[in-house]
Amino acid sequence: MWTWFHKLASPPHFFRISEKMVPWFGISGLLIIAWGTWHGLFVAPPDYQQGDAFRIIYVHVPSAYLSMAAYMTMALAAGIGLIWRIKLSHAVAAAAAPIGAWFTFLALATGMIWGRPMWGTWWEWGDPRLTSELLMLFLYFGYMALRAAISDVKKADNASGVLALVGAVNIPIIHYSVEWWSSLHQGATILREDGPAMPPEMLTPLLFNIAGFTLLFGALLLIRVRTGVIYREHRKMWVKNLIQRGEL
Amino acid sequence: MSDKGTSNLFSGFCAVVRRDLLLSWKRPGDMLNPLFFFLMVCTLFPLAGGPTAEQLQLSGPGVMWVGALLATLLSLNSLFVSDYEDGSLDQLILSQQPLPLLALGKSAAHWLTNGVPLVLISPLISVMFQMPVQTITIMMVTLIFGTISLSLLGAIGSALTIGAHRAGSLLSLLILPLAMPILIFGARTASLSMTNDPTAAGIYFLGAYCMFALSLAPFATAAALRICNE
Amino acid sequence: MTTLSGQSVSIIRGDRCLCSDLAFSVDSGELLLIEGANGSGKTSLLRGITGLLTLDTGELTLNGVPVTQIWQSFRGEIIWLSHRVGFKADLNLWENLAFEKHLRSTSNTELRSILKRLDLDQIATLPFGFLSAGQGRRAGLARLLMGAGRIWILDEPLTNLDASGQSLVQELITEHLTSKGICIAASHAPLEVDARTHRIKLG
Repeated sequence: MWTWFHKLASPPHFFRISEKMVPWFGISGLLIIAWGTWHGLFVAPPDYQQGDAFRIIYVHVPSAYLSMAAYMTMALAAGIGLIWRIKLSHAVAAAAAPIGAWFTFLALATGMIWGRPMWGTWWEWGDPRLTSELLMLFLYFGYMALRAAISDVKKADNASGVLALVGAVNIPIIHYSVEWWSSLHQGATILREDGPAMPPEMLTPLLFNIAGFTLLFGALLLIRVRTGVIYREHRKMWVKNLIQRGEL
Repeated sequence: MSDKGTSNLFSGFCAVVRRDLLLSWKRPGDMLNPLFFFLMVCTLFPLAGGPTAEQLQLSGPGVMWVGALLATLLSLNSLFVSDYEDGSLDQLILSQQPLPLLALGKSAAHWLTNGVPLVLISPLISVMFQMPVQTITIMMVTLIFGTISLSLLGAIGSALTIGAHRAGSLLSLLILPLAMPILIFGARTASLSMTNDPTAAGIYFLGAYCMFALSLAPFATAAALRICNE
Repeated sequence: MTTLSGQSVSIIRGDRCLCSDLAFSVDSGELLLIEGANGSGKTSLLRGITGLLTLDTGELTLNGVPVTQIWQSFRGEIIWLSHRVGFKADLNLWENLAFEKHLRSTSNTELRSILKRLDLDQIATLPFGFLSAGQGRRAGLARLLMGAGRIWILDEPLTNLDASGQSLVQELITEHLTSKGICIAASHAPLEVDARTHRIKLG
């Protein structure tokens, strides 16, 4: 297990393996998303309350889930990088941040679009999840701003790693406090979880889309990590060899 | 060899607190500027928003908390910068004293010179916002826990931004989202007390958060200092 | 007898490899001189030896024990003096040194005699920021006299000092080495110290 781990953590080895993994993740992810979206948009029955407006959850829920999962990936990778001093792990953390931020943005945008017909407003402060997502986006901004402000890659890796861990510890607290805060408001209690359990023909496409989005995230992450690895190792022999052989 | 300096675990902590207090005594501006900033921000809002008692009371706790948060951020900018620039951070890191305790000393001194004045001046501003007596007390209690937490949390951000470009605006970007729970609980708890609603939950939360920050933040600050002083 | 040695030490800053696979060893009473042009990484290597900067490869051992296993006591053994002396500009020498006493174990707490020896007793009550660069460097020497650490790590100890200051530094180093200390220094001006000297050439 450990030797496998260490072997994977070596940049040239990772570069070779990941090249084969990207299409698998990417293509299977896109196929699953296509199936899930088709069934979500055309096969699943309309919601008895929300009509067809509910169908945006097939994008919203996977994005919201990935905004969180990407942050956890980032914090975990940063923690591994800090403890075992694995550069590849830092590259993963750095690559996960912008993808996570885009998923967060997507979750926010779809949430707002959904909120317009449901609440009659683009932004409903009373919904704790939307507010949490916004704070999540701010956390990503902070992480990326810190990385951008430090020119030395090694220092940027370690410093942003500490920030990612501090952020990960704080996320549950932030969510809890936003929920407490919105529970104080009366009237704005349109909570989606109050509704009846989803029928399977609605739920299955959603689960498929969540899986598909996750695979797509994996593919995007691998592509970004590969670029990051090349950038970090551009002076190393193996990268120069790749360029010489015309494989890059 | 005399080993006076290292015999006591807290002597380094106390020495850092003493030194930083002495420094702010010699440079009272560093301590007063954020305080004046707090006062001015709090006067801006009634001028911009409107003078009726209802408006004042409604916005008061929120405005005071935002003001306190921004004033604390302002003073946090310089927490480690001078130590980094004059090389005394090297000496702190190379000290035989545990670095987390020294970092805790920096936070403690920051709270004593910035947090405490904010807490002490808050009744004056609360009165200007025409808050009832019980709210003034609750405001002070939430500010005590809140400013301690901010001094601890902010020290992490301040340590992470030493040596970075435009450390000032960067610090706000790092710390503001993390400080949201403190702001939410601080301001809402004070608002609740205005209508005589129960405030215990908010105060317990702030106290718990403060203890949590007290036990973990110094370690994160120490790690950040080692990394960013390289 | 104390021995500080490094094995296969490399330091990489940004894109540049400042030193790779460096090995050295200094015993009590010996001087290790680090030489090289500006920007060749002398300061980085010194900071690497103190532990302020993480080595990219290799390790340091103190009497055969890796220093990463004995950080606490290793820090007690070293005294670090660089161009950023590490004193607060708003505090005077008394206050600065009184603070330093709490950071590490001390061998000599007679501040008055230390300041007299460094010829600083007249200006000890002035804020450190008021002192000239040379006086500041001279004040930094108080750390060396005060501390109990046996390994002095000095970055350009002669810079900014006048002739008497330079001879004072050399005198202090010689004294330290005769009393079984270790000195590791980077210096442009030649250090005239009568002791066994190792040299590392960078760049």
